[in-house]
Amino acid sequence: MKTLEQILAEHRFFRDMPPEYLRLAAGCAANKRFEAGQLLCREGSDADYFYVISRGSAAIEIFAPGRGPITIQSLGEGDMAGYSWLIPPYKYRLDVRAVEPVLAVAFDGKCLREKCEANPALGYDFLKRVTQVVIARLGATRLQLLDIYGKNLF
Amino acid sequence: MQDPMTPRRFRIARTLRETKDIFTWELRAEDGGEFAFSPGQYNMVYIYGIGEVPVSISGDAADRRKLLHTTRAVGAVTEAMRALKKGDMAGVRGPFGSVWPLDKLEGKDIVLVAGGVGLPPLRPAVYHILRNRAKYGRCTLLCGARTPQDIAFAQELERWRGRLDFDVHVTVDSAGPDWRGNVGVVTTLVSRAVFTPEKTAALVCGPEIMMRFAAAELANRGVREDSMYITLERNMKCGIGLCGHCQLGPVFICKDGPVFNYGMIKQWFLKREI
Repeated sequence: MKTLEQILAEHRFFRDMPPEYLRLAAGCAANKRFEAGQLLCREGSDADYFYVISRGSAAIEIFAPGRGPITIQSLGEGDMAGYSWLIPPYKYRLDVRAVEPVLAVAFDGKCLREKCEANPALGYDFLKRVTQVVIARLGATRLQLLDIYGKNLF
Repeated sequence: MQDPMTPRRFRIARTLRETKDIFTWELRAEDGGEFAFSPGQYNMVYIYGIGEVPVSISGDAADRRKLLHTTRAVGAVTEAMRALKKGDMAGVRGPFGSVWPLDKLEGKDIVLVAGGVGLPPLRPAVYHILRNRAKYGRCTLLCGARTPQDIAFAQELERWRGRLDFDVHVTVDSAGPDWRGNVGVVTTLVSRAVFTPEKTAALVCGPEIMMRFAAAELANRGVREDSMYITLERNMKCGIGLCGHCQLGPVFICKDGPVFNYGMIKQWFLKREI
């Protein structure tokens, strides 16, 4: 059976992370399972955890009164959810819901933030990884806004 | 091929409504002859009294009895095409242009990325790959559409998805609550696809912006730019490199394309002034 560090080392989010950082990260992590429909993150609540998805799929959602949840982007194996753990004010900005059963590695954000504060090199490593996710999501959202398959522009 | 400037007459045998604005024509040659083409090629389709447009061939190259064209009604000619009925006539010049280099790609993992009406030009390549499946490595189709209602060939995608030797991922840019599939632009699927970058070739077709970002994502995954192929459709008129409308740097898209090696065409594809 693989250790948590081994599982993390194989995950896209942690690719090429130095072993000593992986060990520190694994110290704040645990495996977690979510059933379909369960929330991983809830808009406005404390961003106490972030998740790297090992199996299953989830959806980033915005809740619209009178309409219900609107899916913005789907997440799957290899994706991470809940980047607000690293960015003040440490509150989730959107919902993330399991679409089908999700197996994830859950990280205690507060525990990891304390380690990042104490070890700026570790913090910078995480900041770069999280920023890559944020930039990729921003880029994807911009393409969605362009409506590239619409008749008006293209 | 006969005189490339003289249309050959074809009759509509069947029209399939793929989505609210994408439709497929099944054509039969009026002279009863066959139609040979290679995956990636296109025809100039002439609607009498209206005009002529380039349309990719979306059928199976192994079936020469029928010619399939799938397009989207977006302008005067394609709107007129949609209005035609079974038994109506259209002129066809072609096939023209370059092909997906499928023979050259044998032994490689193949990633096909289709956005919107970019799937029809890739469909003949899919047919070829599935017919010669053992000659290729891992094969993945990443398919994006605007909404679930805009997914062309939905039933065929489901059939392909059911195969154990062909990975199919479909995503839409936006969807209502009844959609259980993936939401997000098609480029986000690249990071999830399973392939070995150094032995992967990518065939990409869709809006130019989509192709640009898909190529960037593929490069991020380690796919070489000279192992990527894209299709261009700018300003094609004559189909034989005579009129010059579609010139892009040193090439004519109608004659040297529509399929281009990305590493070769990139500097012209990304040039903003032309």
